[in-house]
Amino acid sequence: MILIWNSLPFLLKGTIVTLELTFLLLVVGLAVGIPLALGQVYGGRGVGILSSTYEQFFRSIPALVLLFLFFFGSSFVGLNISAFLSAVLALGFRSSAYQSQIFRGAIQSIRQGQMTAARSIGMSKFQAIRHIILPQALRLSLPPWSNEYSSVVKDTSLAYAVGVIELVREGRYIIVRTFEPMIIYITIAVIYFILTYAGNKSLGYLEEKLKIPGFETKGRKE
Amino acid sequence: MNFFELTYDILPALLKGTVVTLELTACSISLGFALGIALALGRLYGNRPISAFSTGYIQFFRGTPLLVQLFILYYGLPRYDIRLSSFVAGILGLGLNSAAYQAEYFRGAIQSISRGQVMAARAIGMSRFKTILNIILPQALRIVIPSWSNELIYTLKYSSLAYMIGAPELMAQGKFIAAENFRYFEVFLVVAFIYLVAVLIVSRALNVVEKRVRIPGLQMAQ
Amino acid sequence: MSANQAVTLKVENIHKSYSREKVLKGISFEVKKGETKVIIGPSGTGKSTLLRCVNRLTIPDAGRVWLDGVEITHPRTDINKVRQSIGMVFQDFNLFSHLSALDNVRIGLIKVKKMEKREATEEAMRHLARVGLEDKAAAYPAELSGGQQQRVSIARALAMGPKLMLFDEPTSALDPELIGEVLEVMRDLVESGMTMVVVSHEMGFARSVCNEIIFIENGVIVEQGPPEVLFEDPQHQRTRQFLSKITELYGKSEKK
Repeated sequence: MILIWNSLPFLLKGTIVTLELTFLLLVVGLAVGIPLALGQVYGGRGVGILSSTYEQFFRSIPALVLLFLFFFGSSFVGLNISAFLSAVLALGFRSSAYQSQIFRGAIQSIRQGQMTAARSIGMSKFQAIRHIILPQALRLSLPPWSNEYSSVVKDTSLAYAVGVIELVREGRYIIVRTFEPMIIYITIAVIYFILTYAGNKSLGYLEEKLKIPGFETKGRKE
Repeated sequence: MNFFELTYDILPALLKGTVVTLELTACSISLGFALGIALALGRLYGNRPISAFSTGYIQFFRGTPLLVQLFILYYGLPRYDIRLSSFVAGILGLGLNSAAYQAEYFRGAIQSISRGQVMAARAIGMSRFKTILNIILPQALRIVIPSWSNELIYTLKYSSLAYMIGAPELMAQGKFIAAENFRYFEVFLVVAFIYLVAVLIVSRALNVVEKRVRIPGLQMAQ
Repeated sequence: MSANQAVTLKVENIHKSYSREKVLKGISFEVKKGETKVIIGPSGTGKSTLLRCVNRLTIPDAGRVWLDGVEITHPRTDINKVRQSIGMVFQDFNLFSHLSALDNVRIGLIKVKKMEKREATEEAMRHLARVGLEDKAAAYPAELSGGQQQRVSIARALAMGPKLMLFDEPTSALDPELIGEVLEVMRDLVESGMTMVVVSHEMGFARSVCNEIIFIENGVIVEQGPPEVLFEDPQHQRTRQFLSKITELYGKSEKK
């Protein structure tokens, strides 16, 4: 319909913001998540407890609450940051809690023998992690990480609540002018669907390309 | 007043909201359960159209944000003269969404039951229906408990989104109170704490249930 | 066995292919009431498929099967009813993991044969006793050894009161020391007059109790006949080769 066609430029503007958010969230999640996972697996007791607490905290609190905490909390402690940045921080740290669990699972599923063999040829723990463990762990993480990507894309819609002008808010503006909520929201839903679908397909493609020949990731039994 | 006095002061009002949150959660997870089983069975054992519908449903609800789904139900439907209360729209939105995820968990659980048991059931003369009812479902329902526990906690957290369509749950109460005393950060800190406690209690309870229904000898490794 | 004995199972011209590969190329044989026939042959020659065609767990591409005169392969036949008359024992036991041994044996009686719970329990316990496991009635499959699981699965099949028992390599998944207890149960069954078709490598068992050995290779019956004939004076070179290789691996005839 014509309405959809006319709204597209605005919606696209919002989509770009959504994509920016997604990218930043995932990056923050990775940057914090991987060290966190490594810390949990290879660190000492103290590090382990700290990371578990971090994870528990960020996973037990709803994303919306987290958003508000960071948004209001920043001014509470005197920092003056934009809604966009507070959203990136809140949801980014949240994603890191989930991502660290993904990486931890992947690292732990690699047989102990790999590390043993690496050490036995003289590699330091750090080298072993960098050259032997991580390359495998990252590949193993792709499927669940693909899920995380979808989650993050959808969670960016929550930034609406703190005023970020992403896709949902752009839609809202259009609805206020045109009074066709159903059509606009369905269009927005379709855009999100395309984003998640395309993303998952690309990650699947990446998974195929990086696959270790002959090494099947846990298939179905029988 | 300091933080603790504030907490003490606002707790009663927040707990009122918590009750609504729990109601939302209970109703929507039940809806999701019933619909989820139907979708999983439809996808696995239904004929072509049913299977295609289930798959499409699952992909749509998993590929689009919950927020948009709620908006479609609450703001979109009135355009066609269907006005749902925020509570009902909340349950419907959360429930329909949850059903898609639960369907996938059920599907995984059902498929993990060895095909040999299905053959054995057919071999003693059980019809397809009897086999599903007596052999597959009793086992699948146990296998799915860890994932289902996750889903329950997830629903509990995401019930906070109902705030965005006006449901008087915990988040809404928090916002209401904060708008009066302007102590946004602290109020939401209490809100976050309540969610934390709720999640902890529910997790513990589910652990107990899982132990109770465990099949002797069989390790249901997650 | 009298030559005029009634024919319990008649298999005629069974063909079956999986994607490109033709696994069964026209198998026909008969089993009279009370007879025991053992099917042998190299792995992957479709012996399991053949058994599954008998109770229609697998649908053959061509060919027909009759049980006591009723055509199983006919599309109108109530297959669930027919399967109550055929007992099947699987290589992997396939016990229902969420049910105790007693429940495994009982569930068919209650849900399919619609017996009263008390009657079904008595019947089930009787069959468990027959395979020597009445004291394990409350145990779950994961708590039982392989041999015990297989015996429970035999009890489960027998409880339905079948006219024909099919055994698909019943001992192949068992540790050596557990094979004996299962074979003993099977020997018992033969002696009680059950009509049986067994796919197995257990030559000792075959030699001592069966009426006829059927040797299948490459989807066709190469040779069939009484054990003495096949072992002492087979007609085909291939039969001789296969039998000697099997006997090497699985042992010769056991004295009872």
